[in-house]
Order: sequence, then C-alpha cells, then structure tokens
Amino acid sequence: MSIAAALGESVSGDSAPPPRRTAQRAHLVLLGPGLIYLVLFFVVPVGALLATSLYVPVPGGDVGEYQPALHWQNYTDAIAQFWPAILRSFWFAFLATVASLVIGYPLAYAIAVRARGRKLLQGLLLVLVVAPFFTSFILRTIAWKQILADDALVVTLLHWLHLLPADERLTATPFAVVSGLTYNFLPFMVLPIFAALERLDSRLLEAGADLYASPTTTFRTVTWPLSMPGVVAGTLLVFIPAAGDYVNASLLGNNTNTAMVGQVIDARFFKVLDYPTAASLSVVLMVAILLLVGAYIRRSGTEDLL
Amino acid sequence: MTAVLDRVEATTAAPPARRPRRRLGDLIVPVFAALAFVYLMVPVAYTVMFSFNDAGKTNLVWRGFTLDNWRNPCGAPQVCEAFANSLQVGVVSTLVATALGTLVAIALVRFRFRGRALTNLLIFLPMSTPEVVLGAALLAQFLTLRVPLGFGTVVAAHVLFCISFVVVTVKARVSSLDPALEEAAADLYASPWQAFWRVTFPLLIPGIAAAALLAFSLSFDDFIVTNFTSGSYTTFPKFVYVSATRGIPPQANVISSFMFVLALAIVVLVQVLGYARSKRLRAPRTTQ
Repeated sequence: MSIAAALGESVSGDSAPPPRRTAQRAHLVLLGPGLIYLVLFFVVPVGALLATSLYVPVPGGDVGEYQPALHWQNYTDAIAQFWPAILRSFWFAFLATVASLVIGYPLAYAIAVRARGRKLLQGLLLVLVVAPFFTSFILRTIAWKQILADDALVVTLLHWLHLLPADERLTATPFAVVSGLTYNFLPFMVLPIFAALERLDSRLLEAGADLYASPTTTFRTVTWPLSMPGVVAGTLLVFIPAAGDYVNASLLGNNTNTAMVGQVIDARFFKVLDYPTAASLSVVLMVAILLLVGAYIRRSGTEDLL
Repeated sequence: MTAVLDRVEATTAAPPARRPRRRLGDLIVPVFAALAFVYLMVPVAYTVMFSFNDAGKTNLVWRGFTLDNWRNPCGAPQVCEAFANSLQVGVVSTLVATALGTLVAIALVRFRFRGRALTNLLIFLPMSTPEVVLGAALLAQFLTLRVPLGFGTVVAAHVLFCISFVVVTVKARVSSLDPALEEAAADLYASPWQAFWRVTFPLLIPGIAAAALLAFSLSFDDFIVTNFTSGSYTTFPKFVYVSATRGIPPQANVISSFMFVLALAIVVLVQVLGYARSKRLRAPRTTQ
C-alpha cells in the first residue's frame, strides 16, 4: 500500500490474488509502457539532476554554460549560503502540517463518525472538502492575500479586538505563508483521515462506553490509535508538497524572513541560470524529505503504508 | 391540524431516558466542522465574487458589480489562449497517463511477479517527491539533451506526475473486483482476451473514469512543474501567476469560477445519482 492508496483503498484490503499460470509474460506487456515511462521521465531525470548538481562553469564561457564535473563543493556552498531557506521550508511545512491536522481531524471525524449512515450527506460533505481544488490554486492564494490585506475585514477586526497590535499586519508575514500552506493542502489531510475513521467499527466505540470509559478516554485509546494510518498518510500528503511549495511564499510572503527553498531553486534556475546550485538544493530537499518520511513512517509503526 | 398537534405531543412525550441526553459537548465537533467549511469556502467565494468586479488595472480591490467580464471572458489578452493550452495539455496528459497507469494497476493486482516491490517503489517515489524537485529534474534532463521546451515537454512532465495517481486509483478498483467473475467467463469458454474486454473492463470503467478526472484536475491546475518545463509556453495557472505581479485580469476569475461551477455540478450529480442507484438496488421489491 502506498500513501495515497490509503485514500482510495479503504475497502480493498489488498488480499493476495491467486497466481496466474496462463499468460506468464502478460504482466510484462501491461507493465512495460508505464514502467519505461517512469524510468525515462523520473529515474533518468533524477540522474540528470544529480549530475547537474556537480557541474562546474565552463572556463571563460557565458553565464549559464556548464560542463560535467564532480564538484562536490557545490553542495557545501549551496547549504552554506541557503541553509536558512532550507530550514525555514521544513519549519513552515511542519507548522502547516500541525495546523491542518488540528483543523482537518475534527472535520474528518464529523463527516466519518457524526454523519455515519447518511451516505448522501457524507458524499456531499466530501465534495465540499475537495471543492476548493476546482478553482485555480494560484487564484485561491491571491484570495488569501486579499483576505489578509491591511484594510480588509480580518485585520480590522483583529486590530479592533486588540489581538493584533495596531502597527502590525498579517500580509507579507510568516503567518500569512503558513496559513496559505495550511489552507491549500488541508483537503489532503482530511481525505485519508476520513478513510481511516470511516472503517472504524462503531461497536468499538460503544464497547468503550459500555466499559465505563469517558468519551475522552474512548477517543484516546480507541479512535485515535485506529485512525493513525490516516493521520500518517495525511501528514505526509501535506508535509511533502508544503516543504517544496513556493507559490505561497512568493505570493503571501516578503523578501526577508519568508523565503522557502523552492523559491531559491526557482530563482537559481531562471533568474541567475545557476543550474548546479539549483540542482544541489533540489537533491538536498529530496534526500531530506525521503529521510524524514522514512524515519516518520518507521517511528509511527505504519511501514505497510509504503 | 390535529396531525400537527399529535406530532408535537409525540415529540414532547418521548421518554427522555430512551435518547442519550444532548450535551453541549456534542455540539463542539459539528460547530467546528461548520467553521472549517467556512474557512475552506471563503477564498473560493472571493475568487467567484471578484469575477463580477468592475476591475480597472488590478483585480485586488472591489470596485463595483458588473457582468461585463462574464459577457466577454476572452476580453483580456492571452487569457483564453492560456485556458485553451491548459485544456489541450490536460486532455492529452490525461489520456496517456490513464492508459499507462491502468495497465500497470491491472498487472500489479492480478499478477505475482519478481520486482513487484521495486515497481511499487517506482510508483510511490514520484508522489513523495516535491513538485519543485520533479520540475528541476526534468528541466535538468531537457537542458542536458537540449530539448526545446514547450507543449511536448509540459505534457511529458504532466503524464509523469499523473501516472502514479492513476495507478493508485485504478488499483483500488481492480482489487475490489471478484476474480470469480473472470473465472466464470473462462468456464463459459471465453478466451482471456474476451473475458477481459467483456467482463473485467466494463467493471473497471468507474475506477478508470475517477482516475482520469483526478489526472485532468492535477494537470489542469499544475503550476510548479509546468513553470519548470514550459519555456515560453503558457498554461492557465502560469498565466495567472505571471500576471500576479502586474494585476490579474478579472477574466481569469471568470474562467476559474466557470470551471468551479462545472466541476462541482458534475461531482454533485455523480454523488446524487450514485446514491439514488444504491438506494434503488437496496430497496425491497414491493411490486411483483
């Protein structure tokens, strides 16, 4: 089972199918085109990325001309120069993941447990959860910019309530970036948690109550542990895209304390034509995410997600 | 009148011990969920609202209601061109990714073979790689091979990130099918080929359709990978992002709102029809 499988495979259970004796080679025909595609357009490009990350400028060449080399110093240089953006990306992604868990879990719980048995209502509520995806991602982020703008309702209200000092703003702050990330990836948190809670047998909850457990204890000892696969899948589905995102940081952030690594990679590629640095930062981001994801899955005891 | 009174009486007379007492705490989750839905919908409402804005140069401040933008959705330069490009990229990538992904999904569920774990890993990795890395890797590859960037490279990139999602979605459907159906077809002297096209494939269509819709929506709304692989070719999200610095024309909101309403209508219709059908199938037959 893969991460996203938790979204769709709630019912299937992945039972071992009977082995086929006839058509021994049929699977090669079926797999061939797709796997060749993934090798050509994923494995080979990642190889190209690794190679590019070690390139050096052509001596005496133009800007943007590089030649193959094994210049490992590209990595140390890139990290030395851009470590704040790398760390900030992971920090913002972490905050957005926690925020969307806090908002998304009760939402998924309401749909899966409170609306249980009312199939049409559940279906329509799930449509509402994914409905933001039907509008443009960039326009939604621009809408956030408008919502958090200095003269808009939210800031005026916060000023009036003295929750936000009069000389402070929300737009172009780390808060704006994290709230944009949270907003944009929240449905990815809700769907897998819904799938996990949907499978939860309500008799287990009744049993908890019969055994004199308070609702809180039942939640802590029954509901939460059983929804763990959904929580793990959801946190990964939010954390991974959030860590690499740069749309929110560039539309909602500022130039000093909100720069994320995706922005740096984009700028190195397109503004400075510094391909080796951009490539080494991409490799650092990819490796760091794979290590974090691996450790997280191991720690949370849900290896079967992979 | 009496019926109404009866009903009132019936509800008030219901023994309180039968129903668990409604506690204030029970309301926390629904109220919280309602607030979360408001949170999810407010930016969408903004997007739709600003499609009716009588915007001047920038569509960031409300200047008054107008239908002009809807009457003339192609009024701003390049909007409709970008939209048409996105539709093209979306359709082609969806067709290719759905075909390739469906075949892989069938093989993964129906066959045991060496290298299955490796195949699963190959499917999983693109999904767990941030888009910016996918984009950077493809761009590094295209630069190395000196491939000109444009429609072709964008489609190649979109197919890549759609395949994994197609595989996962279709796999769920394949593994929920009863293998006995195919065996029955074989017992009735159908060749494996006939059994697949007459029995398995029709049953897979809902899963394949869901996968195709997912692939299309991923492709249509993609910005990051597109930005890396498109060169001067413009898709709708790229158009919106690029115009953000000097002001997005309200026509972009019109197109986005139109797509929103269209997609919402389709999905709600599918939900309601599916519900009606399952209800009809479950209903006991009262007439002969």
